[in-house]
Parts: sequence; structure tokens; C-alpha cells
Amino acid sequence: MELWFNNKHTENVNFSIAVEEQLYHGKSEYQIIDFFKSYEFGIFLALDGDIMVTEKDEFIYHDMIVHVPMATNPEIRNVLVIGGGDGGTVRELSRYETIEKIDMVEIDEKVVRLSQKFLPLTASKFDDDRVNLYFEDGVSFVAGLKELYDLIIVDSTDPYGPGEGLFSKAFYENCYNGLSEDGILVNQHESPYYEDDAKEMKKSHQKIKKTFPISKVYQFHMPTYPSGHWLFGFASKKYDPEFADLEEWSKFNIDTKYYNTRIHKASFALPTYVEDMLNEV
Amino acid sequence: MAKTTLDQNTTPLYAALQEHIDKRVIPFDVPGHKQGAGNGELLKLFPKSVLEADVNSMKPLDFLCNPVSVIKKAEDLMAEAYFADESFFIVNGTTQAVQAMIMSAVSDGDKIILPRNVHKSAINALILCGGTPHYMYPYFEKKFGMSSGVSLENVKKAIEEAPDAKAILLINPTYYGIVSELEAIIKYAHHMGLLVLVDEAHGAHFPFHEELPPSANKLGADISAVSIHKTGGSLTQSSALLLNTDRISRDYVKTVLNLTQSTSASYLLMASLDLTRKFLITEGRGKLTEVLNLVRDARNRINEIDGLIAFSASDFNDKGCFGFDETKLGVNVTGIGFTGIHVYDLLRDEYNIQVEMGESHNILAIFSVGDTPRRVNQLVSALNAIATRYRSEPLDMTFKSFNSTEALISPRKAFYSPKKRFLINESIDMISGEFVMIYPPGIPILAPGERITEEIVNYIELLKSEKGAISGLEDSEANYINCIEEQ
Repeated sequence: MELWFNNKHTENVNFSIAVEEQLYHGKSEYQIIDFFKSYEFGIFLALDGDIMVTEKDEFIYHDMIVHVPMATNPEIRNVLVIGGGDGGTVRELSRYETIEKIDMVEIDEKVVRLSQKFLPLTASKFDDDRVNLYFEDGVSFVAGLKELYDLIIVDSTDPYGPGEGLFSKAFYENCYNGLSEDGILVNQHESPYYEDDAKEMKKSHQKIKKTFPISKVYQFHMPTYPSGHWLFGFASKKYDPEFADLEEWSKFNIDTKYYNTRIHKASFALPTYVEDMLNEV
Repeated sequence: MAKTTLDQNTTPLYAALQEHIDKRVIPFDVPGHKQGAGNGELLKLFPKSVLEADVNSMKPLDFLCNPVSVIKKAEDLMAEAYFADESFFIVNGTTQAVQAMIMSAVSDGDKIILPRNVHKSAINALILCGGTPHYMYPYFEKKFGMSSGVSLENVKKAIEEAPDAKAILLINPTYYGIVSELEAIIKYAHHMGLLVLVDEAHGAHFPFHEELPPSANKLGADISAVSIHKTGGSLTQSSALLLNTDRISRDYVKTVLNLTQSTSASYLLMASLDLTRKFLITEGRGKLTEVLNLVRDARNRINEIDGLIAFSASDFNDKGCFGFDETKLGVNVTGIGFTGIHVYDLLRDEYNIQVEMGESHNILAIFSVGDTPRRVNQLVSALNAIATRYRSEPLDMTFKSFNSTEALISPRKAFYSPKKRFLINESIDMISGEFVMIYPPGIPILAPGERITEEIVNYIELLKSEKGAISGLEDSEANYINCIEEQ
């Protein structure tokens, strides 16, 4: 018997993974949640039919969303994660002993609880003493924030469905207001390749550029995401990630599989067509 | 669901339409797009199911100009849902419903009492039928720059001033959700021999939740115009006219309606009325409970933002406010240094959020059965962002409202009088021959036949400088106004 999970990357492009076993299928208040065991990618999580995280390539995503801002400012103490229900971002952050507090705001508690059950590889550090979980809409959490964070990471789904508000201008502005004077915002920034993803990428960049004095975009290779070419946004009040002293980071002695300080610098060098798109907005 | 005599789970008009579609009747009638086959461009926007439902009247689907079968059945169900004796489906917008209501009650030379903050459609009806307005001036909420509701006292005074008036028109509720002293007024007006007409454009959801104000027909109004498409959720332009037939005849109203009603009534609109009525009466209460919870939470959170006031009943003087529709979320924004018009534009252009209206002092967001918690979070989040990012000194609004002025000649006479064009800022003390308003709300700042004052001219200049969408004037740039040559 052959069982294939199919993820539509565009109306006309399919991405299929042979499935060994379906571990879970259910619906939360916000989305349809599936966990599969696959031959090639190990266990993976899909939300509303889109692959979010697989055991095989999650390290790429989580390395790049955490270590790039941490290497840019090793003094980061207070971190806010919006989304990130699979736990991979919190896991990477928890490796820094210097971080004092990690608040995570995830709208869908079910994703967290199910990830703890089926994806312990990523959901392993929710019980760290520094981690505080809030199950609510990140849009509201950051509106009128009284306390300031050094780093906000937006580890969200796509800009439709539950993640819509995490791509809004008001959200970015409220993040700006909730950051300390040397604060950094890193966000899931879609992809430049397929037309629909590229539109969202441009819209997102336009909004962030208007809000932060420094706004850059960096890339990484994500085999299970549409086109495999994916981006994060790096917005900052003070630190420029391309001119940071990265030597400090090496002192943390953190083993990584994807991130290194050479990739850090290189990831901000973008293909010409991507540069052109970003310059357009 | 309230107890009903008819089976409110049925949708006779929609069922007949679906049966017609399923039969795949070959169309050699209009509309000419022939279910989209004639013009593929239409199919890009409208799915095939929409174009298949866009049909013309025929015996199995009844005729709106004289409904006897499936339309009449659907209208009877609508009437029952709204506690009325009879109803008419309207496809030309609530504007037509308001006009038919007024034209059914007054004719050439008759007087009608109405609050000055009526929608322009009411005054337009008087141009068409020749009725004369006798205005009531509702209590004015200075802090919020808006007219409030009408008290029994206002009505008693108006009837004393115009004892020959044949009818009275009331608004239930105002755009911002304020309710007049309706029950007492209806009783008194009937006692004095007046017909009671109600513009219920913003109250389509009232009968379906006990924590909302009562609907006019339930309180005994003779006729009311209800924008089902506004807060009820049917398609834009679909509406209903509801009658209690003790004092007014269905047949006469039907004849009046047919003066201005399209003979090609849209089945998309009518079917949406049928489906929406069923939805409201079967599921409306539960949905409206959710809506009320959402809007109460939003009010509380907006009121925590320094400088913004999400107002509700307790903010209004009891001289004009006798009830309040909480689903209308009006927010006074002058405390953060902006007019409502400015914030209305900022929300759309910068934050991708379209609210219903922006006026001098306030913005208005409408909550209805389609809202979700996350969308509401985005609205509150955007107001938070605006208040933080753009805040400046609170605006001094003392000069930014106006009082309506006396009507010197009837709207009809003013409309047909010879006129001369003047620059607006040189027209002070003249009699206006035109409407001036911004839309929304479509409430005239000036109506034909009214005296132009300096205050009104200043107000119009303010609206222009804030880029409010001024309409009503012949001059599309709103620099000139046609004034009546006084004899």
C-alpha cells in the first residue's frame, strides 16, 4: 500500500511525502491539525494541510530564527516568542544560559499539547523555568505592552487563517513599542519564489520598513517549504546584523547543525531578483 | 427561537429558485449573460452558482410587483420574524423603503413630523410627494458631536406646533445606536391620530436578542423600513418594509412601492433575504450573544487606551437617550488629537481596516454576525498603534459642530425654485437649494430650503480640509452651492 501526503505549494504545484503512519488528525478552535510519520522526513506536523515542521529539516528553521538575532546582540535577556507552538524556537533559545525570560504566546494550546506528545524533538523545553506560556492571540498580547523585550520572534503560520493579524502593520508597530531601545524583531517572512508567497513577502517588508530604522531580510534553505527558498525578516532599532561582532557568539559554545557565523553574514546576501523585489517596496 | 405560527425553518423563495436552477431550464429570456455563458469575464468574479441564480421573474418564481406565491410566502415569514402583520421585500435599498413609507403616509401639502437628523432619503421623499417637514431637533451630545434620540416631550411639543401633521417619522436606532423614547411616543402619536413611521435601517438585528432594544413593529409602529443587509447580513441593497395594518393598507403601500421599484427584481437579493431571515430567527440569538460578548470586550479594551472613548449608554444625557444598541461601536478620537474622519482614513490606508464611518469627533465600527475574535483583536490593536504612534494634543472641538437651521420653504418648493450658484463661503444667510452631506452617514448638513449660517459654512470647510466625502451638491468639487433667489 502506498499512502501519500500531498501539500499544494501553489494551485499548480504539488509536494508529496510518502507516509508510513498517520499519528493524529483533529480540529482545534483555529485550525485542522495533523501529525504523520514519514519515511523520509520523520514525524511532521501539518496545519490546515500545510507542512509546518518536520523532524528532518526543523533544525534549519530554528537555528536561523534564533541564532542570527542572538549573535547580533549576545546581551539579549528578555525574549518574546509569538506563535511557535511546536516548541523548536523555545528549545533553541533555552540553550542560552544568559537569557533570563522566555515568554511564548501561542493562540492554539492544542498545537503545543499535541507537539509535546508527538514531536518531543522540538517540544522539549516548555518546562524550562524561564519559559512562560500564554495561550492567547499575539495581536492582543503586544497591543499596549507595558514591559519591554530585547527580542521578539514571530514564528507564525502564513498570513491567512489564524496568523493573519501577525502580518498587520498595527502588530509590527505594537512590537516596536514593546521592544527596548536596542530591541530586535525577527519574523517569518514568506518566500520570494512563487507569486502568491512573494506578494505577502513584499507587503510584510513594506510594513516593517516603515516601522523600524533597520529592516533587512535573510534567507535559508527549507526543503519542505514551497520552493525550498525561505526568508526571515530582521528589524531592529539599533543593531545591524551585517555589521555585528560575531566573535562574541562563539563564546556561547553552542553546537549547531546549520548556523555558523559565516552563514550569518552570507544569509543577508540575497539573489538579485529578491533584492529587486525588496527595493520596489 | 421564539414561538411562531409559520414554519420558520423553510425558505420558500430560495427553494423555488434552487428547483428552477436544478431543472436547467434553457434561458431565452433576460438576463443576457445566460448564466455567465455570454461573458466569461463575469465568471472570474462570480462563481457559476451566483450567475445561475441571477434570473428574471416568472410564474414559478413569483413577481415582486404583485407577489402571490413564493415571494409572498417568504414575505409572510419575514413579517412574522419582525412581529409585523405584513412585509414587502425591497431590492432598491432601504432608500426606496423609506421613500415608499413616507409617500404612503403623506401626500402633497401634508405635514410630517421628523427629527432633523434623518437620512436624506426621507427628505428626498418629501421632494417627490410634496409633503412638508416639521422638524424636531433632538438633544445634541456636544462632547461627541452627534444628535441623540427624541423624547416624548420633543414629540408633544412638535404636535402642539403642528397639530395638523398626519404622520411622525422616528429613527430606531441612530447610526451610533441611540434609541428614542419609542414606546411612549408611539402610544401618544396614535392617541393624537398620527401614523408612526420608523426608519429602522440600523436595527435589523433587534428582534433576535433580548438584550437588544425592541424593534419598532413589536412596539406597535405602523410601518418601518429595515435594512436587512446592514446588520442582518443579507446582500447589499436588499431590505424590507414592515407593516402593521390597523391604520395602513397593504394594497396602497404596494401601489406606492411600484411607482419606483424595479420591474427586474434581483433574485440574488430576494433569495438572500429569505435565507437571512431563516438564519436570524433560527441561529440569530446564539450568534448575537457572541457578537455582544465581542463588542463588550472591545469597548473595555479601547477604553483602556488613553484618549479614546468607546462610548455607551451611560455616556449620554437621558434627555435624548432611552436605550442603546451595543453592537454599534462608536469611538471618540479627539483625545488623541485627530478628527474621526482622519482616523477613519488612517485605519483603512495604513492598517487595512475599513470602519463604517468617520465624522468630526468619532469613528464608528459596526459589529455583526460575521465578526471573529481575531479580527476584533486587530481592530483594537490598530487603535492602540495609532494612539501610541500618532498621538498629539487633544483637539479643541468647540467650533467643530453645527446646529441645523430653520427650514424656510418646503424641500419640494426649494428643489424646483430658480437658483443661482455662489461660492460656499459667500453664501452665508442665503437659502440653500441643495443638499450638503458626507456619506456615510448621509444625514444632511443642509437640506433644500434651509438657511445657510456661518457655522455651517465653517463646518463644510472643516470637512473639506479633512477630505470628507462631500456629496449632494451639483459641484463635484464642493466649492459652489446653488441658492434660491428670494423674492
